[in-house]
Amino acid sequence: MALPDPVIDEGEIARIVEDHLHLEGPLLPILHALQEAYGCVPAASHGPVATALNITRAELHGVISFYHDFRDAPAGRHVLKICRAEACQSVGGTALAEATLTKLGLDWHGTTANGAVTVEPVYCLGLCACAPAVMLDDRVVGRVDAARMDAVLAEAGA
Amino acid sequence: MKIYVPIDSAAKALGAEDVVRALVQAAADSGQAVEIIRTGTRGMIWLEPLVEVETDGVRYGFGPATPEDAAAILDGTSVKALGPVEDLDWMKRQTRLTFARVGVTDPLSLDDYQAHGGLAGLRRALGLTGQEIVDEVKASGLRGRGGAGFPTGIKWQTVHDAQASRKYIVCNADEGDSGTFADRMIMEGDPFTLIEGMTIAGLGVGATKGYVYLRSEYPDAIKVMRRAVDIARGAGVLGADVLGSGRTFDMEIRVGAGAYVCGEETSLLNSLEGKRGVVRAKPPLPALEGFLGRPTVVNNVISLATVPVIFEKGAQHYADFGLGRSRGTVTLQVAGNVARGGLFETAFGISLDEVVNDLGGGSASGRPVKAVQVGGPLGAYMPVSKFDAALGYEELDAEGGLLGHAGLVVFDDTADMLGMARFAMEFCAVESCGKCTPCRIGAVRGVETIDRIAQGDADALPLLTDLCETMKDGSLCALGGFTPLPVMSAVTHFPDEFVRTKEAAE
Repeated sequence: MALPDPVIDEGEIARIVEDHLHLEGPLLPILHALQEAYGCVPAASHGPVATALNITRAELHGVISFYHDFRDAPAGRHVLKICRAEACQSVGGTALAEATLTKLGLDWHGTTANGAVTVEPVYCLGLCACAPAVMLDDRVVGRVDAARMDAVLAEAGA
Repeated sequence: MKIYVPIDSAAKALGAEDVVRALVQAAADSGQAVEIIRTGTRGMIWLEPLVEVETDGVRYGFGPATPEDAAAILDGTSVKALGPVEDLDWMKRQTRLTFARVGVTDPLSLDDYQAHGGLAGLRRALGLTGQEIVDEVKASGLRGRGGAGFPTGIKWQTVHDAQASRKYIVCNADEGDSGTFADRMIMEGDPFTLIEGMTIAGLGVGATKGYVYLRSEYPDAIKVMRRAVDIARGAGVLGADVLGSGRTFDMEIRVGAGAYVCGEETSLLNSLEGKRGVVRAKPPLPALEGFLGRPTVVNNVISLATVPVIFEKGAQHYADFGLGRSRGTVTLQVAGNVARGGLFETAFGISLDEVVNDLGGGSASGRPVKAVQVGGPLGAYMPVSKFDAALGYEELDAEGGLLGHAGLVVFDDTADMLGMARFAMEFCAVESCGKCTPCRIGAVRGVETIDRIAQGDADALPLLTDLCETMKDGSLCALGGFTPLPVMSAVTHFPDEFVRTKEAAE
């Protein structure tokens, strides 16, 4: 489901950019702050950011698109990250991920029809001694089995 | 009554917050006055959440605790009782130098930190010249714990000798390797030791500014590190007058954006500068032209977090541990399909067999262990026949392995080695920065070639071997250069799984 574009306040974008200009290498902190505020790096911010940093919009696009974290449009209300890395695979992580995606009728990066959850792959949450691991927003969950995954999905309203 | 419960992500992932709530409730119900102190984790992840109750100065463990255990833990009747934590086999067999305080102290209490030896190293370093600091690190034999194993003191010497108006200390906390969590554990469990280590590095090479490049996948570590930097600055450990010495060092926490390749030092520097995280060709070395073109020390979290103990106890004390050219301790991370997983710090030289079968207790599933991937997604799959290998940089290399960041991922006999080889190529294709052709194109072709092998195409295996040679020799950085290691180790040690007839495949 396509979510509506966030309401953009040009003054706020200018403030976010301004707040970071004193940093050495301010671009990633600016992009994180924009995403924190709007759930994505809104297209309306590209011009002001490029101008403030004296880079081209093409360069800015190159940076935004290089990193997995930055979004063009907001995710669902919650983001569920399922670890796909080796330690989680060694204890059934792949089957868990596939079962979850099937259950939700999604592919990776997809969002449930009610807009509740976006499912993303992640390569390692550093919970490799209590795998398989997932993260719902900022909350980590280890030794995830079908029952625990159901509880996480229910909590997220999926 | 003093009760300790870890606040580490792994403990939280296993329900520590629910246990804390239950303990508070149970204490209220029984009218007991309890003080709950949150700590890092001891590293015995199979016992998490591990609740510790202090009695007469001794901490008694209960774990793995559930909310239902709370009342019995408080009245001393719990069946989860483990006895004094320090007497547990896993604890007694370790040499905890870098991780001495982790699991013991409140991560954000500077008083606690100092009461357990913290800042002693920095105070000593403040009385030394830059060259003396660099010499001490050289004498300790410390090598880069991120994986490359380059001698830390030599890197520092290069930056020390470089002439520049500004120099930087950059901590690589982009711990993206599967099976590794030592960086996360120390940042969440003892953040001041990293701050102290970076400050000593700054004094040593003449840098006044430090950055920690911390991956976004670690939200808890980011919060703890940011808070710790604020506390350290407020207490005068960081800032314009480090511990009243008149010397300057300050630092910032920067958050990555989900690119694995940014764990490579030059790509990390580009990312820190606000660029695409593409790899830079070397030379110039980052030690001469690093962040913003200035001389920069780029060290892993564990390397920098080990510096304080080297200065506190002396370089020789540290160098006395270890094997061959691998001096000091290695922070092993035992993970994957293993009965007892966690962090185990010990002198270099312990065998793979002892770690996996003795300490780790074999697989979690109870099935036979088939292979262990050592050193993350770019490390080799070591078969059981190689389990006598000693864990040291050169020793493992001689066995065709890679120590890397010392993460060990255990697989049982259900592991599909062709599938794991394919995953290694797929991961490289997803995470390649795209700068060099062998990695960018090679990884994609690698996935396709392994699919042909799976379909029973006998011509594909020599092609895969050839492709791996090209990637190994022709890639700019370790991502393309070492992806062949897991792939070819799977091919070499499990050849039967790469010979498939067309009928079987269909």
